[in-house]
Amino acid sequence: MEKVVTFLLDGEVIQGQEGQSIMQAADKAGKYIPRLCAHKDLTPHGSCRICTVLVNGRPQSACTQPIADGILVESETPKVNQLRTDIIDMLFVEGNHFCMFCEKSGNCELQALAYRFGITAPKYPYQFPQRDVDASHPDIFLDRDRCVLCGRCVRASKELDGKNVFQFVGRGVEKRIAVNSEKGLKDTDADVVDKAISVCPVGAILKKRVGYAVPVGRRLYDHQPIGSASEDETTK
Amino acid sequence: MSKPKIATTSLAGCFGCHMSLLDIDERILELAELVEFHKSPINDIKSFSAQCAVGLIEGGCCNEENVEVLRAFRSNCDVLISVGDCAIMGGIPAMRNMIPLEECLQEAFVDGPTVHNPTRAIPNDVEIPLLLDKVYPCHEVVKIDYHLPGCPPPADTLWEALVALLNNKPISLPYDLIKYD
Repeated sequence: MEKVVTFLLDGEVIQGQEGQSIMQAADKAGKYIPRLCAHKDLTPHGSCRICTVLVNGRPQSACTQPIADGILVESETPKVNQLRTDIIDMLFVEGNHFCMFCEKSGNCELQALAYRFGITAPKYPYQFPQRDVDASHPDIFLDRDRCVLCGRCVRASKELDGKNVFQFVGRGVEKRIAVNSEKGLKDTDADVVDKAISVCPVGAILKKRVGYAVPVGRRLYDHQPIGSASEDETTK
Repeated sequence: MSKPKIATTSLAGCFGCHMSLLDIDERILELAELVEFHKSPINDIKSFSAQCAVGLIEGGCCNEENVEVLRAFRSNCDVLISVGDCAIMGGIPAMRNMIPLEECLQEAFVDGPTVHNPTRAIPNDVEIPLLLDKVYPCHEVVKIDYHLPGCPPPADTLWEALVALLNNKPISLPYDLIKYD
């Protein structure tokens, strides 16, 4: 039998199973911790740091940090939420996020996080980097302008699709998503039904010919913040 | 006591945000009771002759004239608001930011598939405001007090913001009124 672990999340007693991450235990208890690179079907990556919580006062990513008896976890506090807001600000200025014409707008998790935190403008200067678009595949767009390097596609392709279509290349500000072919996505074994395509939280990987199908006002995050109890479970 | 004055302008924008302001429907009559429009395309007043309570800026800065107008707004308005995605992040005009300016002009005036320009000249008259190297969000040029995102911001966002300011309250937008599209 698995051992029960008891800890405090924002002053509330939470019980989880040994081996669970803070995020898994919090989800089970119905407590949402904001996240971007984490996905329920994928191995935790710990890279976006949106799920940062303070564990006994030290910042840790909730998706990778295991629970332990007696730890004090702070999540919904002004200090932690300020850290998250700063990360979201940086993600917006680091890429080219033109929400006004993006097909993903309204269903985008980055945008939804910014809405949740009430961000009206990022506080850092826009970088406007040069990024490549790969429209070679008949059914899939890859627009690196919108990529936040969460690595969901990399993990999903390996772990769920049994392929190896996407991978990171470069380091630091040069880091990019690359595909497993010199001539672009069309020469990989990527398929439009792959999980790697549908797990993208932003508009970096899109299915062609289905954009704007859901009208404004009926999209996922038009009226309810990301992390709302009634939100579609499949997107978490 | 005289009514508080509002000034508005469209820099590198499409006037969509101004259309959204008109989209407050019959509340525009109420607004006209509460405020006086000063320098604005709505009444075609061209220059500042008095200090204004609120300045609404649509569009980002793509040329030197935009910067001049924006600085005039900052000097003459107590509260300056970036209205819409172009003012906040450059918007559609900022799509040129990833391409060198020289290439943009070459494509627009010489090489574009629908361009007819036998002299291959790129407009370069002293009367034409010089383009900046890229399109800048307003808050990267002057201090901006509030941002109202959207393309355009919903009419209700503009209304809520103006009502808050007229009541000497800070602008605080509910979830439904912060939208980037």
